[in-house]
Amino acid sequence: MIRTPLRPLARILKARESGENPDAIERDNKRKRHEEMRDQSRRRAEGSLVVLGLFFLTAFGAVGGRMATLSASDVAEPRSSAMNVQIRSNRADILDRRGRILATNHDTYSLYAHPHQMIDKDGTITKLLEIFPDLNEQKLRKELGGNRKFAWVKKRLSPEQKQAAHDIGDPGLLFGPREMRLYPNGAIAAHILGGTRFGEQGVSSAEVLGVAGVEKFFDDRLRDPAKANEPLELSLDLTVQAASEEVLFNGMKIMNAKGASSVLMDAKTGEVISVVSLPDFDPNNRPRPLTVADKDKDQSDSPLFNRALQGVYELGSTFKIFTAAQAVDLGIADADTIIDTKGPMRVGRRSIGEFENKNYGKLSVSDIMVKSSNRGTGRLALEIGAERQQEFLKSLGFFEAAPVETVERGTPLLPPKWTELSTVTISYGHGLSTSPMQLAAGYAAIANGGTAVTPTLLKQDSTVPLGPRVMSPEAAREAQKMLRAVVTDGTASFGDVPGYSVAGKTGTADKPKPTGGYYEDRVIATFATMFPSHDPKYVLIVTLDEPEIMGLGRMRRSAGWTAVPVTAEMIRRVAPLLDLRPTVEPASLARVTLTSQ
Amino acid sequence: MRMLLYISAALAVMGLAFWAYQENYRTKDALAEVRVLQRDIAEARDTLGILRGEWAYLNRPERLRDLAEINFDLLGLLPMEPQQFGRVDQISYPSVIAPLGLITGAVDTNATLGDAR
Repeated sequence: MIRTPLRPLARILKARESGENPDAIERDNKRKRHEEMRDQSRRRAEGSLVVLGLFFLTAFGAVGGRMATLSASDVAEPRSSAMNVQIRSNRADILDRRGRILATNHDTYSLYAHPHQMIDKDGTITKLLEIFPDLNEQKLRKELGGNRKFAWVKKRLSPEQKQAAHDIGDPGLLFGPREMRLYPNGAIAAHILGGTRFGEQGVSSAEVLGVAGVEKFFDDRLRDPAKANEPLELSLDLTVQAASEEVLFNGMKIMNAKGASSVLMDAKTGEVISVVSLPDFDPNNRPRPLTVADKDKDQSDSPLFNRALQGVYELGSTFKIFTAAQAVDLGIADADTIIDTKGPMRVGRRSIGEFENKNYGKLSVSDIMVKSSNRGTGRLALEIGAERQQEFLKSLGFFEAAPVETVERGTPLLPPKWTELSTVTISYGHGLSTSPMQLAAGYAAIANGGTAVTPTLLKQDSTVPLGPRVMSPEAAREAQKMLRAVVTDGTASFGDVPGYSVAGKTGTADKPKPTGGYYEDRVIATFATMFPSHDPKYVLIVTLDEPEIMGLGRMRRSAGWTAVPVTAEMIRRVAPLLDLRPTVEPASLARVTLTSQ
Repeated sequence: MRMLLYISAALAVMGLAFWAYQENYRTKDALAEVRVLQRDIAEARDTLGILRGEWAYLNRPERLRDLAEINFDLLGLLPMEPQQFGRVDQISYPSVIAPLGLITGAVDTNATLGDAR
């Protein structure tokens, strides 16, 4: 660097000539040099400040940028620890009590279109209509025409249909993965399983929502991703259910009934082993529910209607055993107490009659059950009184909808005012409408020795605690023997199955007209049974809607001619499947010891 | 002396760096393999689910019933009857024969002697 001298000779000589102070020149030059040095050091300091600033900017920028990417990215499990592999299906399976599949998931595809990417719209539409004859041509043309950029064509495809649609080769046709619910057993247990539909739909996936039955009741549980690998185990037994449906269907056809239902329940745990309602449907292709447009049709005739759970009916004489059991429990009567069943019997303004205006005279309580005497039961009920009768029926669960785990549950119809007449009519099963499931729970209480039963559709442990006691074990035992006598000597003589010692009670109730009053020639025939009678393990309720059959030259509608033979056949088929070994009944020995007490 | 220290430290740093990088790459390889395996497991589970569904579909009671009817000549299958229950002592188990020696007499191949022993 060239330093400028502080005292340049030329300027000093010039200044001396002009008489100026040459020191001023030196000072001036010193000042200039200092200014230069100051400017230089400032520049250097500014430069290092900029460098430092840039460094901090980059550092903070890097931290900030990383934070931004972290917050914007999707949450991912640390890969090395993700040992539990998520499967794609997100709805849990439903199994029967032995682990057989009742409902599972199946991967399939949906077909959608981007009309703006389509090359040959008309040709594509024609070919699509060939593949899917159920598509509406006009609707399809409207959706694919116009300016829309997206249109669903078909929500579910079979593999063959997918291939066919793929072969059309139009770039505007696209496939999205779909998970659909599959019920491999078809219509079996359809009413319990219910069905599903698609909820929110996206291109890459769709929600599967339960619409009825167990699928809807447990919708949250089934959709819970944490429990996707834990199947829901029902108490149903697929084999028993299939056999019951077959027998009941054939029985319904033979008896010319328009509908039928059956409930098979474990008497101790309340587990429902099979529940059938006919006519039924295929949950894979659930029929349309009745809407306002079909208001002239009866809701209860739709195949979707669950007769065993939703239907509430006056179940007739099957109720008589509750009156008898309560009378024995309260000590009002025992099986051999003689009751006068002679007419006329008037309660309020109504006269109580017998089936076909018979007159049975003096009968023991047991024979009242065997002959199914209305007046005898009514007199017992009057002894019991309205209050205690209500309490007893309430403890058996007849006042509330059966607490089973589906959404379709019929609420029982109670008399608005529980008069003396109600007491009498309800004692023989008129004036109180309940579902067959509730009746099964009531019979289960008698069958298991007197403890109330909560019906359930879920598989239970063998250590289920017993329900509250509703009658003494002796009263339950007496009631079981009366029911056995109904089959051996009474109205249900067609119901005996060798080896299974069936006990039960028939019930034939006239159907109420929608306009009021009762039909003369339409009945609900019910047979409520438990077997084997000396140690009941299962309760079976069979109900036929409007059965009629020619028997001994007459048109027969009573349960003894219709529901009873169907039930017997069902027990014959189902009991071996339940691992029930046929046994020899221990004769009437037990009875002799009891009466001698 | 100091020089030796510097050189050995530098060599140690290089060695450690080499080892660390190697471990890093091995971990990445292992993770990649886990990812592949997990995808395979997920696929296998999906397949298993479909096969189970198919098994249930092929074993649906309706189909089995029809098949039993169609093949009645061959199989002679009928619904289970109460009479078909037996007791264990009704089964003629083959009698336990002590270490097989020379067969000198008639052999009870049909176990007609039952549980005589």
